[in-house]
Amino acid sequence: MNHNYQKDISGCGLTGLISRKRRRVSGSHIVKSLCLMTDRGNGLGAGYAAYGIYPEFKDFYAFHIMYDEPSVRRTVEDVLKASYHIEKIEEIPTSPVKTIPISPLLVRYFVEPLKEKLVGDVEESDFVVSTVMRVNSEIEGAYIFSSGKNMGAFKGVGNPSDIAEFFRIGEYEGYIWTAHTRFPTNTPGWWGGAHPFTLLDWSIVHNGEISSYGINKRYLEMYGYKLTLLTDTEVAAYLLVLLIRRHGLSIPVACSALASPFWKNIDRMDEGEREALTALRLTYGSALLNGPFSILFGHSRGLVGINDRIKLRPLVAAIKDDVTYMASEESAIRAICPSPEKVWAPRAGDPVIVDLED
Amino acid sequence: MVKIDAKGTYYRDLNKKVREAVEKGEKEIVLENVNGQYYIGDGLRAKVSITVEGVPGNDLAAFMDGPTIRIKSNAQDNISNTMNSGKVIIEGHAGDVLGYGMRGGKLHIRGNVGYRVGIHMKGDKRQGPTIIVGGNAGDFFGEYMAGGLLILLGLEGDGPIVGDYLGTGMHGGTIFVRGEVDGNMCGAEVGVMEPDEDDMKVLKDALADYCADLGLKLEDVMAKGFKKLVPVSARPYGNLYAY
Repeated sequence: MNHNYQKDISGCGLTGLISRKRRRVSGSHIVKSLCLMTDRGNGLGAGYAAYGIYPEFKDFYAFHIMYDEPSVRRTVEDVLKASYHIEKIEEIPTSPVKTIPISPLLVRYFVEPLKEKLVGDVEESDFVVSTVMRVNSEIEGAYIFSSGKNMGAFKGVGNPSDIAEFFRIGEYEGYIWTAHTRFPTNTPGWWGGAHPFTLLDWSIVHNGEISSYGINKRYLEMYGYKLTLLTDTEVAAYLLVLLIRRHGLSIPVACSALASPFWKNIDRMDEGEREALTALRLTYGSALLNGPFSILFGHSRGLVGINDRIKLRPLVAAIKDDVTYMASEESAIRAICPSPEKVWAPRAGDPVIVDLED
Repeated sequence: MVKIDAKGTYYRDLNKKVREAVEKGEKEIVLENVNGQYYIGDGLRAKVSITVEGVPGNDLAAFMDGPTIRIKSNAQDNISNTMNSGKVIIEGHAGDVLGYGMRGGKLHIRGNVGYRVGIHMKGDKRQGPTIIVGGNAGDFFGEYMAGGLLILLGLEGDGPIVGDYLGTGMHGGTIFVRGEVDGNMCGAEVGVMEPDEDDMKVLKDALADYCADLGLKLEDVMAKGFKKLVPVSARPYGNLYAY
């Protein structure tokens, strides 16, 4: 893989949708939405994440793995076989695309950890996280880029339509979709660096630049996370997993930690709220995301959109029937939903939280 | 009058068609089925009226010098960047960073706008830009404002009329806000005062044109009081390097 692209300056584009009633919609919709914003990226990365796509394997972790060299495959599979029951192995279906002459070897595995490997009070999901961290940081040329249940990420170097054609995105049906077209700013445009970034069933697409990356990275490393994908967005994904899954914060509280109100506004709040937010900022100072961002994060129960605290990147939301849409541009929503019931621009730092119905 | 169907047309091709129509001397152009095409009307210097049906893409009317563009729906970000003359009318809502560095002409928006609207607008003795917003605005409204006229109406009365950092770094021009202004939301350079008779005349002239464009009644808009915001220091950072 060539990781040596030069720095270039512009924005990215993101889009997502969720059917609250869990109606599975074809990936062709999100592709159409993203392709309207092709020019927000520069062809150095595009990707899609979808939830509800593997109903026949919904109880297994779906590992999507990219191998820079086919020879690494054996090493990784030996690691997996030692600790996991592997229900199914298959190459991720792809179609030949002229503009994507080279790609890593892409294989998916439906797995579950062997019970005897879960010693002590280790949770299954923690065990999976440690496998992902180990493979990505210790095995040269292998990256587990998707590791959730009944969901998957598909990403690579290319523009939105080519990556969609390559991964045959239109053949998947999901009830949550996110998508991203990339314009790498500070880090290489390579297959692992394309969005979405995922860990377990958490996935992130991001437009912007996380200037607090160094602080966030060191904070995450204290909790055993290894940052291997050479880009800032990775910290946002892992921070959400840490705060929500491991520390048990609610989604709104986690959002307040990542994009917390300014001190001058906290000082003007009622006593209870002031104390709570002061405590949150003091506890999670190193989790604060500084710099411009709009982010969509998907998880097994819903979809969340959030901006940085002074709205330095665009985000528009819309509703039609049971579907909520969020995108960098309103026209990207209208490309697949011409007449939404409601369209609005979420305020800075104010998350749009949409949960699936049970 | 010429109609151009923009459905599925790439922005470069669409804007080429618009330019060709303008060069042929066309005075009225209707763009149908627009969705997301960037840069419409950018740098156009002509007396021409362009109607946009659908949501146009970012950076509409940048560096524009003369045309009138009417958008029948919502619009996106970065409209009227450094525009010099002409008019943009938006019948719906619009996004962030509208009228950045705008130096002349008018931008009339019926609905809400996003963040950083009217930042670094500038005017001189010959001309100044006017932006009028019918709904509410986000943070940094009129940030670094150096000249021109910025009017915020909050006609629907829903939610806070304007966000934080109103007029931060302002050193020229005038902002009028219909209703009350929370001093906590203003930049340190901003003075909030009652408009005088001359101000009311300026307001009325600007709003009469706005109401005519958008089918509103001037007396309804004028029924509520205004606050006037001006910079209290012409060179707030003049001494920055003197200490």
